[in-house]
Amino acid sequence: MISILRSMWLTFLHVFHKTETVEYPEVKPYLAPRYRGRIVLTRDADNNERCVACYLCAAACPVDCISLQATEGKEGRRYPEFFRINFSRCIFCGFCEEACPTYAIQLIPDFELAEYDRQNMVYEKEHLLISGEGKYHGYNFYKNAGVDMGVKRKGEGDNEEKPVDIKDLLP
Amino acid sequence: MDVFFYIAAVVAIISTVMAISGRNAIHSLLFLILSLLAISVVFYLLNAPFIAALEVIIYAGAIMVLFIFVTMMLNIGIERETEKKWLRPRMWIVPSILAAILLLDLILAVKNIRPVSNGEEPILPKQVGISLFSTYLLGVEIAAILLMAGVIGAYHLGSQKKKVKHRFLEIK
Amino acid sequence: MKYVFIIAGVLLIALTIAAGLIWVERRLLSVWQDRLGPNRVGPFGLGQVIADTIKLFFKEDWVPPFSDKPVFILAPGILMITILLTFAVVPFGPDFYVFDSNIGVLFFLGNSSLGVYSIVLGGWASNNKYSLIGAMRASAQMLTYEVFMGLSLMGVVMMADSFSFCKIVEAQRGGWFFIPQFIGFIVFFIAGIAETHRLPFDIPEAEGELIAGYHSEYSGMKFGMFFVGEYLGITLISALISTLFFGGWLGPSFLPPVFWFLFKTFFFIGVFILLRASLPRPRYDQLMELGWKILLPLALLNLLVTGAILIFLK
Repeated sequence: MISILRSMWLTFLHVFHKTETVEYPEVKPYLAPRYRGRIVLTRDADNNERCVACYLCAAACPVDCISLQATEGKEGRRYPEFFRINFSRCIFCGFCEEACPTYAIQLIPDFELAEYDRQNMVYEKEHLLISGEGKYHGYNFYKNAGVDMGVKRKGEGDNEEKPVDIKDLLP
Repeated sequence: MDVFFYIAAVVAIISTVMAISGRNAIHSLLFLILSLLAISVVFYLLNAPFIAALEVIIYAGAIMVLFIFVTMMLNIGIERETEKKWLRPRMWIVPSILAAILLLDLILAVKNIRPVSNGEEPILPKQVGISLFSTYLLGVEIAAILLMAGVIGAYHLGSQKKKVKHRFLEIK
Repeated sequence: MKYVFIIAGVLLIALTIAAGLIWVERRLLSVWQDRLGPNRVGPFGLGQVIADTIKLFFKEDWVPPFSDKPVFILAPGILMITILLTFAVVPFGPDFYVFDSNIGVLFFLGNSSLGVYSIVLGGWASNNKYSLIGAMRASAQMLTYEVFMGLSLMGVVMMADSFSFCKIVEAQRGGWFFIPQFIGFIVFFIAGIAETHRLPFDIPEAEGELIAGYHSEYSGMKFGMFFVGEYLGITLISALISTLFFGGWLGPSFLPPVFWFLFKTFFFIGVFILLRASLPRPRYDQLMELGWKILLPLALLNLLVTGAILIFLK
């Protein structure tokens, strides 16, 4: 009996609390930087595409909403020929971001994706690709990778040793 | 006031006939409730508002709800063949003749009985209570004993037997 | 002519409050749950009432082919009629009542016991298992709580020496009945919640388990009648609590008596909604246990002690 009255009193005290909700279209809610919203493809600091078309995001996607096709540029650098995300199927789980080895695919705090035509929910590469670096600044996959793609010479990376000269006996 | 009395009386008779002759159990019960409500109106018009209210509360409100409650559970919405057989007109002849004789008796009897109350003063709850606990005290006591027996019987039927914990040790 | 105006006034007040409660309840719940609530339609979202009503009127009025049609259509009407009839005996002010019956309290109890039929028949006629379970729960719950709802009022009747609501209000000039009849007030309040099957005692409709229970097959204005009937029930029980235990229209004379009556009624409507905001639903057997093992003995004890004291003081 006392506990019932106490819970009623505590509920009544909520009259003096601040409301948790906001009037949405006029007042935008605060979204944390790590909020999982719309998916974007980012570029590195040299304005090149980060994506190397490794298909890991498409493999990780639980609802199979990502589809892409890899191709190679003049220097042999891989990039996606097309990259398509169907946002009407996407569940914003963020697995693609976790799977991505080059920080190319990222989820940003934007959720206003409503469309009248369902076909407009399918985003192509030109819609997805942004001109900035997203959440991870200064990261370039080819600075850490072993291959030479014009970013750095072989063995000149930060945590990288010189390649072993196989014609020399000295260590 | 007489008009209202006759309307209520006719409603009571018609709904009672419908209650008896209906094939759907729930519909019959609904007609029975309607008949009880009409009778309560008759009581009210005879200047007995307390009895009218009790008629609605106890008969129409409590007992008939229990009837409907039980009938609901029996799932007898569908008309049965046997029921149709029982309700053939031929089966009604003997009961109707007997009922007609009773009705004749009743009419003759009513003609000779003078009304107890003159119908001017309404009978209020206080008077009912005083007469119940003085003139009819014995009847109240007997009803109380009867109800007590009912309560004890219900307790006996409703009490659960102690169960042995393990299902293999249960004695059938 | 005056009579017609009074009937129209009572109907207007009762139905306006009941319809307005749709908005009041949502706003109050949102206040207690730290939300904003409906505030878009009209000033403070008051247009929500009109919008909801229009929506209910224009919805398809569907009678399921597997239902028992006459009973299905009859059921929501019974609820509205029984509750609106009871408003006839409630005194809104010293001269503002439809009729002052000398069996007023019994009239209310009779109507509330007839109100059970609407739910039982609605659930049965829907021919749906969940609805039937809801109807069974409702009939058992309402029969149980009706018993000591009546018993808890008898203390008030004994003190006022009358079944008439007007005389009960007049008898409270010396002091409101909720102090000498405190147990009666508590029992009546709990029974009132159970009779209107409001939260926390809403197990006949328990949306989590029974999908709205007895009215899950109803749509359109038939559902609307159940919906408004529930709010009318809250208004009625609040009005009766303020009449029977809190002096009805009695109050300081700088404001009209009708104001005091409505003020008290709205206070108890607020308490009803606060109950909904704060308490969880009990289990079915807990409800029955509370009724038969605690509230019934309490009501009987209250009756006995009140009668003994009244005879002693005579």
